[in-house]
Amino acid sequence: MSEVLTPVNPVEPFLRAERMPHIWCPGCGIGTTVNSFARALIESKVDLDRVAIVSGIGCTGRVAGYLKLDSFHTTHGRAIPFATGLKLANPALQVVVYSGDGDLFAIGGNHLIHAARRNIDLKVICVNNLIYAMTGGQTAPTTPGAAITTTAPYGVYEPAFNLPALAEAAGASYVARWTTFHVRQMARSMQEVFAKKGFCFIEVLSPCPTLYQRRNKMGDGLDAMKFYKEHSRTRNGAPTGEVGLTRDGEIVVGKFVDRDRPEFRDLMRDRFTHQLGDRYVDDAEMAEHPHCGGEDGA
Amino acid sequence: MQRGSVSILVERCKGCGFCVEFCPTKVLALSSAFNSKGYHPPHMVKPEKCSGCDLCGMYCPDFAIYGWKVTASGS
Repeated sequence: MSEVLTPVNPVEPFLRAERMPHIWCPGCGIGTTVNSFARALIESKVDLDRVAIVSGIGCTGRVAGYLKLDSFHTTHGRAIPFATGLKLANPALQVVVYSGDGDLFAIGGNHLIHAARRNIDLKVICVNNLIYAMTGGQTAPTTPGAAITTTAPYGVYEPAFNLPALAEAAGASYVARWTTFHVRQMARSMQEVFAKKGFCFIEVLSPCPTLYQRRNKMGDGLDAMKFYKEHSRTRNGAPTGEVGLTRDGEIVVGKFVDRDRPEFRDLMRDRFTHQLGDRYVDDAEMAEHPHCGGEDGA
Repeated sequence: MQRGSVSILVERCKGCGFCVEFCPTKVLALSSAFNSKGYHPPHMVKPEKCSGCDLCGMYCPDFAIYGWKVTASGS
């Protein structure tokens, strides 16, 4: 006789089953990142009532709608401002920003660099598919040189952002990059950031078979996964200036930055306490006693 | 003695083949059968080799497959 130890899919309790199947294309890697995220939530043993997922717009922006956690699907590019508000209003929350490269680095680029500069305690997971996928395959700031897109039929000639270097330069406390091939390493990084205080940034390179690869004759999602397997090299602690992506070249993955910088709320509290003394009441204490929760709160 | 097995939700599968490609013991293959959306879901071709590692479950972007370990009861 045999018995089943884990008869349910570990990711299933985290999904809104009534919304399945999801809209992501066959071979898209976003679902794979969600698997790793679910494992990270299980392994890190975080209180799920104190986790909030914030997404912007785009293919990856759908994650907030599919995860059965407190989730927030915000306006385009503004995932980080909404998340900043959440974190400041309720500092006990683990606020995770789960969005795409277009949302976080194009329309939301300004918000990202300033959140990193302030080192506010957000966990940013950026699924990078190298293109604006949901809108039809236009050139994104992350599209590598010479790639064909709908807005660059002769190939992209503008330089692309190097996301880890940008995040580090802006002040992030934790910077890592993995691909959807590196599921276990990705899950470990996502687990690590729950224990890390400050602005954490994880870039996950993901296939886009429908818009990026098809137009560039790079095959389907599985071909992209094989490409990641063959062309990626783990270099933990590599200088982020050297990890820029090219269309066909090596993909450097690993944990690049793990440092301690003063967090935004600590700085705020120190400053106000220094200036105001006993007159300053920390808002974390106020958050424990919400003053507007009653029926007459409005 | 089979050490593990997989469960497959055929109607969720989109036939990407990630599980087949990255199974460490090559337990799976895409079947010739269709699901209702016209994709070929995987099936186990070497069930005795499955270790129940759930790597297929970590790769599956459609949450359609997961592995689990089998233990002999009473041992």
